[in-house]
Amino acid sequence: MDLGAHAPLLVLGLPFAAFLLLAVVAPLRRAGRAAGAVSILAAAVALVAALGVWRDGARRTLTWAWIPADGGPMATVGLLVDPLSSAMLVLVTLVSLLVQVYSLAYLADERAPSLGRYYTYQSLFAFSMLGLVLSPSFVQMFVFWELVGLCSYLLIGYWYERPSAARAAVKAFWITKLGDLGFVVGIVMLWGATGTFEFQALFTKAQEHALAIEGLGTIMFLIYLGAVGKSAQFPLHVWLPDAMEGPTPVSALIHAATMVTAGVFLVARAQPLFALTPEVLTLIGWVGAFTALLAASMACVEGDIKRVLAYSTVSQLGYMMAAAGAGAAYASVLHLLTHGLFKALLFLGAGAVIHAVGTNDIFRMGGLFRVMPQTGVLFIVGTLALAGLPPLAGFFSKEAVLAGVWEARMTWPFLMLALTAFLTAFYMFRVVFIAFFGRARAPGHPHEAPWLMRGPLWLLAVLTVLVGLRLGLAGGDAQHGPGWLAPASVAWALGGILLAWATYQRRAVDPARLAGTFPLSLLDFLARRRYGLDALYDGLYRGFILGFSRLIGWIDRYLVDGVLNFLSAGTLRAGDLVRRIQSGQAQDYVYGVAFGVLLLFVWAQWWRR
Amino acid sequence: MSLYAYLTLAALVFAIGLFGVLTRRNAVGLLLGIELMLNAVNINLVAFARFRADVAGLVFTLFTISITVAEVAVGLAIVIAIFRVRRTVEADRLDLLRG
Repeated sequence: MDLGAHAPLLVLGLPFAAFLLLAVVAPLRRAGRAAGAVSILAAAVALVAALGVWRDGARRTLTWAWIPADGGPMATVGLLVDPLSSAMLVLVTLVSLLVQVYSLAYLADERAPSLGRYYTYQSLFAFSMLGLVLSPSFVQMFVFWELVGLCSYLLIGYWYERPSAARAAVKAFWITKLGDLGFVVGIVMLWGATGTFEFQALFTKAQEHALAIEGLGTIMFLIYLGAVGKSAQFPLHVWLPDAMEGPTPVSALIHAATMVTAGVFLVARAQPLFALTPEVLTLIGWVGAFTALLAASMACVEGDIKRVLAYSTVSQLGYMMAAAGAGAAYASVLHLLTHGLFKALLFLGAGAVIHAVGTNDIFRMGGLFRVMPQTGVLFIVGTLALAGLPPLAGFFSKEAVLAGVWEARMTWPFLMLALTAFLTAFYMFRVVFIAFFGRARAPGHPHEAPWLMRGPLWLLAVLTVLVGLRLGLAGGDAQHGPGWLAPASVAWALGGILLAWATYQRRAVDPARLAGTFPLSLLDFLARRRYGLDALYDGLYRGFILGFSRLIGWIDRYLVDGVLNFLSAGTLRAGDLVRRIQSGQAQDYVYGVAFGVLLLFVWAQWWRR
Repeated sequence: MSLYAYLTLAALVFAIGLFGVLTRRNAVGLLLGIELMLNAVNINLVAFARFRADVAGLVFTLFTISITVAEVAVGLAIVIAIFRVRRTVEADRLDLLRG
């Protein structure tokens, strides 16, 4: 048997097998830690297989007919292995495995059945995300796209007893669905125009200039809408910060490293199609850059460590989308991969901090560096990578993004991204200085996290550094921007760090006064209110959907029910009237019979005449 | 005497019986009324048998008489049973089946 061809199948099949096992064998699931062991084992073997696929580097396509039709199958399922998907395979399995190991310690206090439920969802998520990455056609991608959405919903609402978590789960589900609606309409329209869902067939047509379809721009825009919802682009980004209600490892895996990047992956995967519609690409670039800046500004005023990271994820997703919009798919995917590593590191680090102090509020932490030096160092490594300092992974991918946007002559998006880079360094170091070096005392006795949690952190940090070094040494195709770009981006990052240091460490600048001066005060006011977007959605929801529901409710209650109530009341009343005939006295009945017979006689006499 | 005299007598007896059934308040009176109505039928049957020279009418009459006896036995038993439970045989008050 050719193992090479089947390794991707193994990667995909193992988490699914683990999910099925945990879903069907209830005693195993309820055992908690044993369920975790099964899931972790599957993820570990899948990681090894994924590494094999990645090392192999061959392009492979395995397909099976799915929806048979007269002229060949209407849709197929299968696996598409190429450098893009195999790199994603490694990222997904790696982060998945580390997060699952980490969760063993992080969720140690959970009851065994809920822990088992957690690992069941985790396995299902790993399977769905891998299936999405390996999809050779839009239909299969959509199916897995929805599956990861479902897993996201389930895991955000993991602590479903909390009303806020349940609400956040529903919000995430509905807002991403809004984008998915565009996605599914888009792929069906594309199928209507070309008759195929297959990426390969579509790309071949695109290369042969056989895709001059009327309304291709609309189709690609609709498909992009799916990415807007999933990758939390403006204006559908509001669900991601709320998604932080889920357990922190879930945020690290789904809402930082993997699922939210599915939108970027989609744009990268369909790059040959998007290339045919430059106007959509320009829109993607602008929206991406705007999202990056908007989210960064909101991160600057946030006091919840996980929400800061969530906004920074939105911001970095904006970076990736901007690069994709500028036609630099390589930079976009590179940033996706490196961001997956260091954002998972940051989230897991934040999880270790939250685990130790029991609060998300950075102003109630402080001086944590002394009690948790390892976590502190690791968190700072992640922060430096996110801020974009060499030689860490984030620097090179960020520079590639900026270079790509600059090359595409998108000056305004470039400026927005540059400002975002400055803000990123500022808000991340704001968290570091307040939480790890601040003067506030954390409640209780914070202590270093157990090894099960520190291990994945160390691994991710080492990988962040190694990937950075590797990229730095390889140089080459990533850096084709102007020569001043690298020093400039380092300068922006350092400027941000310096400002954060001066404000929150030296206290040379009073943050309250900084936020009080005119143009900043307005921004501060708006950013603290999230630019009114949440309120807008809330208002739309309350005004439009609830209003509509009320109208429907009124119609149901008073029109539909009214007719039925009228009918039933009439029946009751008529019955009340008629039942008096039924006197229960045999003589009355005999009267009736005699009278009837009399009538019959009279009628018979009259009729005979 | 012609057939019509018998038939008129039978009709009269039947009408009296029906009147009794409809107006009597005592359950035993009701049963008596029913007896009269059945005997009116018997008169009819015997009259037709006599004037048509057909024995079948007489046979039917015998049947009717025996059935009437049985009916009276059952009817009186029911009346007694009702009296034991309700302590009354007033037809007006036996209205358990009222709707």
